[in-house]
Amino acid sequence: MNITLKIWRQKNRDDKGKFVTYKLGDVSAEMTFLEMLDYLNEKLIREGADPVAFDSDCREGICGMCGLYINGRPNGPRKGVTTCQLSMSAFKDGDTITVEPWRAKAFPVIKDLVVDRTSFDKIIQAGGYISVNTGAAPEANAIPVKKENAERAFDAGICIGCGSCVAACTNASAMLFVSAKVSQLALLPQGRVEAKERVRAMVQAMDELGFGNCSNTGACEVECPKEISLSHIARLNREYFTAGIT
Amino acid sequence: MIKLDAKIPEGPLSEKWTKHQSSVKLVSPANKKKLDIIVVGGGAAGASAAASLAESGYNVKVYVFQDSSRRAHSIASQGGINATKNYKNDADSDYRLFYDMIKGGDFRSREANVYRIAEISNKIIDQFVAQGVPFAREYGGHLANRSFGGVQVSRTFYAQGQTGQQCTLAAYQALMRQVKAGKAKIFARRDMLDLVVIDGRARGIITRNLITGEIERHSAHAVVFATGGYGTIYYLSTLAINSNGSAAMAAFRKGALMANPSMAQIHPTCIPVLNEYQSKLTLMSESLRNDGRVWVPKQKGDKRPANEIKEEERDYYLERKYPAFGNLVPRDVASRAAKERCDEGYGVGETGLSVYLDFRDAIENQGKDAIKSKYGTLFDLCEKVTGINPYKEPMRIYPASHYTMGGLWVDYNLMTTIPGLYAIGEANFSDHGANRLGASSLMQCAGDGYFILPVTIGDYLADQIRIPKIPADTPEFDEAEKAVKDKLNKLMSIKGTQSPTSFHKRLGHILWTYSGMKRNEKGLKKALEEIKELQEEFWRDVRVAGELYELNHELEKANRIADFFELAQLIVLDALNRKESCGAHFREEYQTEEGEPKRDDKNYSYVAAWEYTGDILKSVLHKEELIFEYVTPVKRSYK
Repeated sequence: MNITLKIWRQKNRDDKGKFVTYKLGDVSAEMTFLEMLDYLNEKLIREGADPVAFDSDCREGICGMCGLYINGRPNGPRKGVTTCQLSMSAFKDGDTITVEPWRAKAFPVIKDLVVDRTSFDKIIQAGGYISVNTGAAPEANAIPVKKENAERAFDAGICIGCGSCVAACTNASAMLFVSAKVSQLALLPQGRVEAKERVRAMVQAMDELGFGNCSNTGACEVECPKEISLSHIARLNREYFTAGIT
Repeated sequence: MIKLDAKIPEGPLSEKWTKHQSSVKLVSPANKKKLDIIVVGGGAAGASAAASLAESGYNVKVYVFQDSSRRAHSIASQGGINATKNYKNDADSDYRLFYDMIKGGDFRSREANVYRIAEISNKIIDQFVAQGVPFAREYGGHLANRSFGGVQVSRTFYAQGQTGQQCTLAAYQALMRQVKAGKAKIFARRDMLDLVVIDGRARGIITRNLITGEIERHSAHAVVFATGGYGTIYYLSTLAINSNGSAAMAAFRKGALMANPSMAQIHPTCIPVLNEYQSKLTLMSESLRNDGRVWVPKQKGDKRPANEIKEEERDYYLERKYPAFGNLVPRDVASRAAKERCDEGYGVGETGLSVYLDFRDAIENQGKDAIKSKYGTLFDLCEKVTGINPYKEPMRIYPASHYTMGGLWVDYNLMTTIPGLYAIGEANFSDHGANRLGASSLMQCAGDGYFILPVTIGDYLADQIRIPKIPADTPEFDEAEKAVKDKLNKLMSIKGTQSPTSFHKRLGHILWTYSGMKRNEKGLKKALEEIKELQEEFWRDVRVAGELYELNHELEKANRIADFFELAQLIVLDALNRKESCGAHFREEYQTEEGEPKRDDKNYSYVAAWEYTGDILKSVLHKEELIFEYVTPVKRSYK
């Protein structure tokens, strides 16, 4: 198929940036979206032009490195996929596809489609862990964990930290990301000990880093490539309010 | 002349590690504060090591090429992590895990190292559970286990098909805690381009800041490489596309030895190549072989849909050839068997280069829900990538490059032949011999990082406490920085016509053809010639777009591929040298009449460790003889 790409090009952090249009022929429906961009880049290199910079690593939907804003949606039109898992079969001959980086104050653009997500690391640093030094752990079966709780903790723990939730949110809130970690650790007895301090510290870090407030629009849940449930935000709110009542 | 000394402690196998821990030199907490350690790589091995070292008081600097250490490819490990808890009451023990790994590795690994990892496997599970890894549980709240290829007990702990993600994130979070505490510092988006050796000791690294392109110097009292494997050298692999062999090659050029470089694991259960644009292959966890049955049609070229092929028309070839282990034979055996069936014309799918992995019977026996709870994420992944719904029809699989058992040679302390340079996790060669068993990679990464390195590095650093900060303005740093800049400038200045990726594809094709699942002398010699020619063409005609001092993925790729050319030649040299078949290394000249590998313990029971001499083809072979005191190498049979 033939497609037209409108891609955000921005030389560096300080550049204003603009959309540049590329026509691309012979695109196969079997390509992934990133393989289509690889294909464009190979063409640009042959023509002596500058290839488009975009991040990716595992290309199997687990590292969270990729993530593009495609036709106004994080990771494009399909549900439950990362950008690297998006197939070109989602598009048809003659389509125009707009490709942008994540847009959020807390994710400044580094170049073209590459953004800086170190703010997510900083949120985890604020408290997204259980404070246990190596060697201090008790026998693994000493503390039973309800099967159901372990499974719910897993459902939250599968967050890949890609930032789709922030990109989807009108307020650029990181609430789904933060709640997934708060929820995972709060559901496990090992994580309960620090639950109050954790939720306070992580929410505070999120606010300080320039992420917006959560207004419960639910866009994050819809666009999350791992389909992480909004119910984790509800759990975060419960944890947060009870943490305040001390 | 380098003399290999594995420094294996004296005493009975099961007491070596305990005794060693009691005898290594210690660094007091007050002195740890004065010592700096560089850790390159932030995956399961790097993050667990960095967190543990920082907790104990050292100043740790961590370098990763992604934007965060949470992205490292350990995150993609799926099936599980082994430990000898014996929660299943199936007579498991440290010795059994040790024996399974030694046998699985086809008697080409070091007894003492393998026993040690088996011995600490339980502590690793304890640690991960305490850190909040949501492992699968039974209804009573206790940990669940499953079985894995190459073994007859159930000792694998798992979190659906995302065990690696959960364990890696636990280690990452422990590291983030140390960043918050000010004991660890992360240098993200940095490529490690050279190792700096001063007076024979590893003292620092040269990095490129991948955002600005700046070349930077970093010094420390010791350097740890947790840089993963180099399976991407085959171009298509299950690895992340940026995984590479450049750190290993940098160490190699500075005097570290590369051990068994040709030992590359081709994983049997991957989604097959679908088209020519493909940039990577997706792994389907080996755990699927617990319940999935592998088959091809009995009739050559049978193109009917799988569900129309009747039971009696199916050849469950693994169950037929290896009745004792059936679908759970080790990876090397399963991969070769799939290749053999496809080469004979029984393969399925459009290309004929795939076999079926079928859950029909498992769903019938256990119910859809039970299968879903075990493999749900993997089935979804399969459907996303291929459109095949494994609940309804069998998935198609084919082997792909996955893991490298080979790597930097290390002694029992995980130190390379360069004093002060350590290699942990997949980056070293030590625990998996000629073939790695499933669910033992996360175990080794975490074992090295949490429990082994923090003990053994002290033995070296105890002598370093009087040395203040290592300066980064010495002639050795000048020289290393200049070499890096010269190489990058050269790559930028060629301005040829072909992209770095196009060279990588061609290099991968040569290696896959001649040095993949089956090898022979003629093919390997041809590979050497072709690699050399391609390397010359690369240095003449590669086109690296963009600039040196900016974010430039093309330059990153070109630099990694330049190193791959050298590593590829080393792989072929090693494969040529080993005139036997063992584990993943199958030389067609050395097989039995039934096509099973023929090992030669008399002449090849050694680790092949290669030393750089300035010309890759003149690398010198050092042999570390493998001495088996506690197991008797036997013919590895899974029949």
